[in-house]
Amino acid sequence: MKMKTIFERTPTLKNYTTHYCPGCGHGIAHRLIAETIDELGIHDRTIGIAPVGCAVLAYNYLDVDMVEVAHGRAPAVATGMKRTNPDKIIFSYQGDGDLAAIGTGEIIHAAHRGEQITVIFINNAVFGMTGGQMAPTTVLGQVTATTPQGRDAANEGYPLQVSELLALLPGAIYVERCALSSPAQIRKAKKAVKHAFELQVDGAQGLSLVELLSSCPVYWRMTPAKSMEWIENEMTKVFPLGRLKG
Amino acid sequence: MCGNEALAEAAIIAGCDAYFGYPITPQNEIPAYMSKRMPEEGRVFVQSESELAAINMVFGASATGKRSMTTSSSPGISLMQEGISYLAGAELPAVMVNVMRGGPGLGNIAPSQGDYFQATRGGGHGDYRTIALGPSTVQELVDCMPLAFDLADQYRMPVIILADGILGQMMEPIVFNKTPRRSLPPKDWALTGAKDREQNIVRSLWLPEGSLEKHNYKLQAKYDQVQKNEVICEQYQVDDAEIVVIAYGVAARIVRSAVNKARKEGIKAGLIRPVTLWPFPTEQIAKAADELNIFLVVEMSMGQMVEDVKLAVAGKTPVLFYGRPGGGIPAVDQLLERIKQLIIPAKKQ
Repeated sequence: MKMKTIFERTPTLKNYTTHYCPGCGHGIAHRLIAETIDELGIHDRTIGIAPVGCAVLAYNYLDVDMVEVAHGRAPAVATGMKRTNPDKIIFSYQGDGDLAAIGTGEIIHAAHRGEQITVIFINNAVFGMTGGQMAPTTVLGQVTATTPQGRDAANEGYPLQVSELLALLPGAIYVERCALSSPAQIRKAKKAVKHAFELQVDGAQGLSLVELLSSCPVYWRMTPAKSMEWIENEMTKVFPLGRLKG
Repeated sequence: MCGNEALAEAAIIAGCDAYFGYPITPQNEIPAYMSKRMPEEGRVFVQSESELAAINMVFGASATGKRSMTTSSSPGISLMQEGISYLAGAELPAVMVNVMRGGPGLGNIAPSQGDYFQATRGGGHGDYRTIALGPSTVQELVDCMPLAFDLADQYRMPVIILADGILGQMMEPIVFNKTPRRSLPPKDWALTGAKDREQNIVRSLWLPEGSLEKHNYKLQAKYDQVQKNEVICEQYQVDDAEIVVIAYGVAARIVRSAVNKARKEGIKAGLIRPVTLWPFPTEQIAKAADELNIFLVVEMSMGQMVEDVKLAVAGKTPVLFYGRPGGGIPAVDQLLERIKQLIIPAKKQ
């Protein structure tokens, strides 16, 4: 019988088993980036920046030149790369601890300067690698390793909506929030990721960022299926999906 | 052209592709000069939002194989230590100039040498070294720039130039291009896009058991080479000296005047001046300690390099110290007095 291949590994995604937990969104996000790189034919001139966090080993899975940098500093590193290599496609891949906590200064100023880089921002509402502590994006009432009674606005403040903040800056030309919670949402996310890269390929004057609401079943203490529901039912209340800019 | 501007021009001549910096006194002439000159040369200048960002911009440019640098002064260099540790771990070349001011904390903006420990001990977290150069004149500062870029590229490690507020602000006649350039290895590790080759990865994380230890040994082997090959040290009037003063940077200029004055009064004084603070001229000082019976270390701090001198001397002979911290500058006559006080009891022995 003649078999037809209808789905396969995209070349920029390495044939390598990831270290991610079952139900984690990183694998999906990696695939979207790898597909985008292959579809745009930019594998030869793309440089990726891995964060500190669960995705620190992203270079084991994405077959492009990559660097691993200090916690939160990816947008500054990207600035140094892009300014000296305007012909290269530079992207950073950052979690919510990395981008929304320790690296707030770097992302705001990279956007403020209108750096021509692409940022993939994974928001899973916790610090994953260090053991599920509260992130700036942890929602109110959410139980984490450092909010055992649930996040209380009076003590821990409110969830930080970084994308909304960044969308205010003239240097940020494209900001969209998507979710990795269902095939339909993932297809939308793919479009957004691709657009964010395309802008850079086209030499658009500014920073593009896609926030991906992503699951962390282990530290949410939920099944993967429940995690997907939680993204759609709870996270999107605080982090509404859609295009915020551009 | 003041020292700050001269070093900036020397960096451009040395082939610096990108400058990233954040304003801080007393080195503000450098970013101002670079903001004008780098675009003229078609190169990159970015004023960063912080020293943290500046050093990470350097990290990014360097990871792609470009020659990049930053400059700052003491408190700013403290903020850069995270990035310097990552540069060392990831084996990236980079050049930093610390135009030192008084500390700790915000301290003051007067010239000081309080950052010797920070520059020569690694400064940030982890098991690493940075090459530290301590120029004494504006000419030497200018000569240090191409040397620093070449050393950084040759050994793939950060190089720090320790200047101070006096060197940065003073004007002296200079000649560019005096430093012979080295032939350097190709940067086949750089992130340039994986075209017709395997993926390149620049990293400082080594998780599997034993892999970081192996990486640390590799770094140490490199540091051993630097220690073996790159020591620079000036010896002035040392051969017949009865007392040798050891000082670096601007302090050494004052010591030189004191040594000259002492000689005029018939006191056989000499000067050993480390130019590389790491690698430290341990051997040269150890050798001098075999012949001499007294050393005086002079620093514009409460005593930091003196520890390296004591390690080199290894108890063979007394090592005395005279220092002025917090922006205090030793005067020639004070030093001369000190030399006289020491040489008389030493002669009696």
